[in-house]
Amino acid sequence: MNIGILLVIFIAATLVGYKLISDVPSLLHTPLMSGMNALSGVTVLGAIVATAAAVMLSSKILGCIAIVLAMVNVVGGFMVTDRMLRMFKSKG
Amino acid sequence: MKCGFYEIVSIAVVFSVLLGIKLLSSPKTAVAGNRIGALAILAAIAMVLVHGEILDIKLVIASLIAGSAIGVFFAVRVTMLKIPQLVALLNGFGGLASLVVAFMILENPNSGYGSINLIASQIAIAVGGVTFSGSIIAAGKLDKKISQLPVVFRGQSSASLALLAAMAGGIVGILYADQSWRIVLAIWMIVISNAFGIIFAIRIGGADMPVTISLLNSLSGVAASICGFAVSDPLLIAVGAVVGASGLILTRIMCRAMNRSLAEILAGRTSVGKNAPAAVITQEVADTARAKQDLDPGKKFAEIATILADAKRVIVIPGYGMALSQAQGRVKQLYDFLDSRGADVRFAIHPVAGRMPGHMNVLLAEVDVPYEKLCEIDDINPAFPETDVVLVVGACDVVNPMAITAEGTPIYGMPILHAHEARRVIVCNLDEKPGYSGVENPLYRKENVLMALGNAEETLSRIIEALNMVTK
Repeated sequence: MNIGILLVIFIAATLVGYKLISDVPSLLHTPLMSGMNALSGVTVLGAIVATAAAVMLSSKILGCIAIVLAMVNVVGGFMVTDRMLRMFKSKG
Repeated sequence: MKCGFYEIVSIAVVFSVLLGIKLLSSPKTAVAGNRIGALAILAAIAMVLVHGEILDIKLVIASLIAGSAIGVFFAVRVTMLKIPQLVALLNGFGGLASLVVAFMILENPNSGYGSINLIASQIAIAVGGVTFSGSIIAAGKLDKKISQLPVVFRGQSSASLALLAAMAGGIVGILYADQSWRIVLAIWMIVISNAFGIIFAIRIGGADMPVTISLLNSLSGVAASICGFAVSDPLLIAVGAVVGASGLILTRIMCRAMNRSLAEILAGRTSVGKNAPAAVITQEVADTARAKQDLDPGKKFAEIATILADAKRVIVIPGYGMALSQAQGRVKQLYDFLDSRGADVRFAIHPVAGRMPGHMNVLLAEVDVPYEKLCEIDDINPAFPETDVVLVVGACDVVNPMAITAEGTPIYGMPILHAHEARRVIVCNLDEKPGYSGVENPLYRKENVLMALGNAEETLSRIIEALNMVTK
């Protein structure tokens, strides 16, 4: 894909993300952060693609490490966020 | 990359993630928002598994399951006190994952990637390496595995600059390198970036952690996004950018709340200012303090209990001391007691109270304090003059009036909670020492302030005991 389009995607995502996240109240900043942890695990997609093409054993091992690390982020991040958010209760 | 299907699913995933974040703006919808985000990422993984041509699918699936299992283990086991450590650790894992993927691209001789991919890979290694080692140090400091004190050595700034220059060299050099030199440069970058991360993180002290974690959170997203440039995947770019933006917002909020600029923190000027007035307690302060301490403890708790029993409007100000002594359960007990007597009890949460953004809110939510009672600084500050009693639990700098009056001190200009404007103040801190800023807190010696020093959990249980006696 054209580098120009990729840059536009990067800038657009940053701006939209910035706008939406500004509206998250400080009450929820800890779960926001752990949720963002989970999202940064999206690297797992790159890890799968890189591992898919791997032929050498060393590359396969590296790929597995990357997938495991990113998956810890995705699953650990979303689960702990869910756990925290369920604790926030309204009065009565 | 195959056209059509992949792009459409990618757009759907990005929109779901953004919708999920939108729902995070209210605690009522936040659980659903988080789940939508999780489903979107899982759908993206499933799509790549089905759609990509994977040589060794069993290996990939086994890795996915192993990572998920470790993630579940972390998420179930962690206590709310230790959330900052977990978040720091996960930031580090995210950075390392991006680093490894970028390294694989440089290492693969048949990748057929262009120069933009190569440069992006080197930058992803750089950012990923800094994120990884910085986060591991931060997590170690938070978990007290390594000293929380800032480590500063001579020539630290020059060393940082030299490492930055070395990283820039590694990025430019990759364009001129053949295959074997690419691997050398990639390994070079791994070493240099990790060294930079270590030097950056060791000079950050305990109370600067909210800023550091926010910044590392941002960097873990930036690493993922740049990794997206390296593999030309718009989905990675977009989601990584959102994470980067989020961390940036939190970093800015934390900097403002600590009265520091990001540049200062990046330059490693820790908030323990060298020209800060030392923690000299004047004779007068020492005398009043002793006089207050000399008050018979039984009488003192009876007095505190009477004040609380008569109060109509109460504001509780929690700090990291509450977390450390695990006093939140007692705080809730006290809240229930006063609430049942018809008093209006609210909590004033300073943005940097605790070790990460929002830490106090999570601790109080865990013990079932309704979230309507957790107030932000700007909303609650006008209410202090009308407040009968302020109860400070393990907080110091965030209620230090020197931030308003004492020009030249490190905390001057920092937004604080105006506890000093309330009719009475009860301070349940461990001791009277200055907080992290090193600035002495004159609130403690005001006439209308009662000091109940010691472990907050024990102090509060004695106050509750006394309250039961008084109101019988």
